[in-house]
Amino acid sequence: MVDFFIYLLILSGSTYLIRAVPLALFKRTINNRFVRSFLYYIPYAVLAAMTFPAIIYSTGNIASGFVGLLVGIIFAFKKKSLTVVAIAASLGALFVELIIMLF
Amino acid sequence: MKLYLKGLKAGVPIGLGYLSVSFTFGIMAVSLGFDWWQAVIISALTLTSAGQLAGIEVMVSPGGYLTMLISQLTINMRYSFMSVSLSQKVSPKFKGIKRWLLGFFMTDEIFAVASNEKTVEPKFFLGLSTLPWVGWTLGTLLGALIGNVLPPIIMASLCIAIYGMFLAIIIPPAKKSRSIFIVIVIASLLHCAFYYLPVLKEIPSGISISISAILAAALGALLFPIKRGQEEAENG
Repeated sequence: MVDFFIYLLILSGSTYLIRAVPLALFKRTINNRFVRSFLYYIPYAVLAAMTFPAIIYSTGNIASGFVGLLVGIIFAFKKKSLTVVAIAASLGALFVELIIMLF
Repeated sequence: MKLYLKGLKAGVPIGLGYLSVSFTFGIMAVSLGFDWWQAVIISALTLTSAGQLAGIEVMVSPGGYLTMLISQLTINMRYSFMSVSLSQKVSPKFKGIKRWLLGFFMTDEIFAVASNEKTVEPKFFLGLSTLPWVGWTLGTLLGALIGNVLPPIIMASLCIAIYGMFLAIIIPPAKKSRSIFIVIVIASLLHCAFYYLPVLKEIPSGISISISAILAAALGALLFPIKRGQEEAENG
């Protein structure tokens, strides 16, 4: 049990510090064009890498994952809100899961 | 108060997304032998998906304290880039102790939504962070306690929700900007390479996500350096 709390301290402590220290200590404006551009692109790059290819395996079934992905892309392309896109993708996946279950 | 409420509203979809994702985390933690309160305390204090998953795996293996530290630093490295990025957009009021406290909430999604603001006010950021934290903690509790009650196909379908949210964040800006579109394609292809190719696929996903994202963003910065003030123009 003591072990659990030491692991927890390392897990949450390191996660906290890696987030808070740069935010707390970084005060000046970055003028370097490359660094500014890198920081501009990094969130899109992180989310893209997290999404692909994991999204098609997320439901445990490639067919429903793929349909969920397509529905998600269509709704995101139409600029629906985050919640609407998330629900639409889930419903798309659920639809395929139901079909698989019934047939 | 108005700013806090504006943030709270912007955080609703993230909170819902986290509720479903952390639900799965709660189920997994309990199935690995953790008590429900341990799963909840991990989520409440850590607020991250990939890091927590890797974390509970290290705890049960057990992998040792150093393994825990190294895996967490690599998986979460992206947060420090996000924090530096956001430090360029925060309002003058966002300083001192506020940065130390609010830095805790720097997740991918909270960052992505906050980056869409022209300037980020501390009250807005706190409001934005509230529901995701509640959703993440509550979802873990629910998953740990009642996860096995839901029909499996509903559980499976909910697992895609968080990725749907990611699509909603990256696709609209990619429509407007060719360079963002290309960076997204490169990051996706790189991570697919890590996923499918021999040797590369042995690398844990927390690390391969960081490598893919850093390479893609660096390439984007080399090929399409942004102009002054473009940050606001693209996101606005």
